[in-house]
Amino acid sequence: MFESPLRKLLDETALKRTLERMAHQIIEDSAGVDSLALVGVVRKGDMLAARLKKIIDRVAGGDIPVGSLDITLYRDDIDLMGSIPVVRATSIPFDITGRTLVLVDDVLFTGRTIRAALDALMDLGRPKAIRFAALVDRGSRELPIQPDYTGLSTHISIEERVKVELVEDGLSDGVFVYRAESGWVPGED
Amino acid sequence: MAALTREEINFFLDSAEGFLEIAKRPVKKVPALRGKTVVNLFFEPSTRTRVSFEIAQKRLSADAVNFTASSSSTKKGETLLDTVKNIEAMAPTVLVIRHGAAGAAHFVAARTSAAVVNAGDGRHEHPTQALLDLFTMRKQKGRIEGLKVAIIGDIANSRVARSNMHALRTMGAEVSICGPGTMLPPHPEVFGVKSCNRLADALDGADVVMALRIQKERQGVATLPSDREYATFYGIGPRSLELTKPDCIVMHPGPINRGVEISSEIVDGPRSVILQQVESGVAVRMAVVYILAGGDRE
Repeated sequence: MFESPLRKLLDETALKRTLERMAHQIIEDSAGVDSLALVGVVRKGDMLAARLKKIIDRVAGGDIPVGSLDITLYRDDIDLMGSIPVVRATSIPFDITGRTLVLVDDVLFTGRTIRAALDALMDLGRPKAIRFAALVDRGSRELPIQPDYTGLSTHISIEERVKVELVEDGLSDGVFVYRAESGWVPGED
Repeated sequence: MAALTREEINFFLDSAEGFLEIAKRPVKKVPALRGKTVVNLFFEPSTRTRVSFEIAQKRLSADAVNFTASSSSTKKGETLLDTVKNIEAMAPTVLVIRHGAAGAAHFVAARTSAAVVNAGDGRHEHPTQALLDLFTMRKQKGRIEGLKVAIIGDIANSRVARSNMHALRTMGAEVSICGPGTMLPPHPEVFGVKSCNRLADALDGADVVMALRIQKERQGVATLPSDREYATFYGIGPRSLELTKPDCIVMHPGPINRGVEISSEIVDGPRSVILQQVESGVAVRMAVVYILAGGDRE
């Protein structure tokens, strides 16, 4: 069923500008991008990570590695999930040990996804540092987790749902707020 | 496998893809099933399936406990139901059961609140084997629909063949079976497969050849004159592969009787994906245990 969004947080141009700004901040913080790598949380985070990589490569020169991380197996709510999501492959084709990783996700909400992502990364090696970039910080944290880079910081009611729509998914770029559905799937936000 | 739809099979196969990578990590463990207990109830001898399940469970961080009939109270006369009730009282999340009687897993599933995985029930089904076979085919060939699959050997006694025939039909593959008359099912049409008397007819143009083990433990005495005669007529050797597609792959569920159903040249040759099957087995079983341990019970 097609549902129309309650309102728009970022349109195509604003999203583009936001990603540009985040990429510049990341470059600024890491003196040289040599040991930098991006890791996107599947599925939206890895699409955003790929876009950030393009910008960083263009601005700073080079070819920074980018990987994708599926955190399904690190979730703390397997008993609460109504249905089991398909476990997607984690693909990090470089050694994370000694690198500064920027973890990328679309929406920061409770912080549980990032808790799981940190555990998952620790199983893959010993990075020098992990920073966190969130396109939208919607508030309502349940864990003490804060982003290092934020595209947009706003408070969204838990009755509502923030959705990042990307051309990679066959939609047009934008960030929207929808009414939260009763059949909300964990991990969708 | 008979009851699963194409969507359900694809869901298991797609999930298994995600688990394959874990075996390549330095830390081969994810915390998904931390604090959950999985009991492997094996009433029939099995090494690879049990080890495969156990590795899968341990990589999911579940606590795996093994119960084998030879060392258990079954020897002392306990019934299957009593064994299950006792284990149930210890609150496992998942039971993996292998039993010599068809329908054993189904029987247990109806009488326990734990999720039950059938690891082989008599001559009936061996679903995780069929899933790992399908997974291996899909990995090697990029698809399952439209593949020509030849299953050779003791079809009538084989739960591997039975599960594969059901699953391959659901997925849209074309299956031919061949074996000695005493080892073919009397009504192949119920499985939607083509039954061939001559090996050459089954192998003709095949994308996948699956050789089955001659199951001495499930046979009467008079099904085969000799191993050598079987090897001559139904063994998969280099000449058999001249009839198949040039890029045909050869599978075997193991354990192998080298020189009987398949020659050593083939087992160790470039067409063999037998060890990939074993590798897929762990990923597929991780997916199955994980899916059954969480969320809604089907």
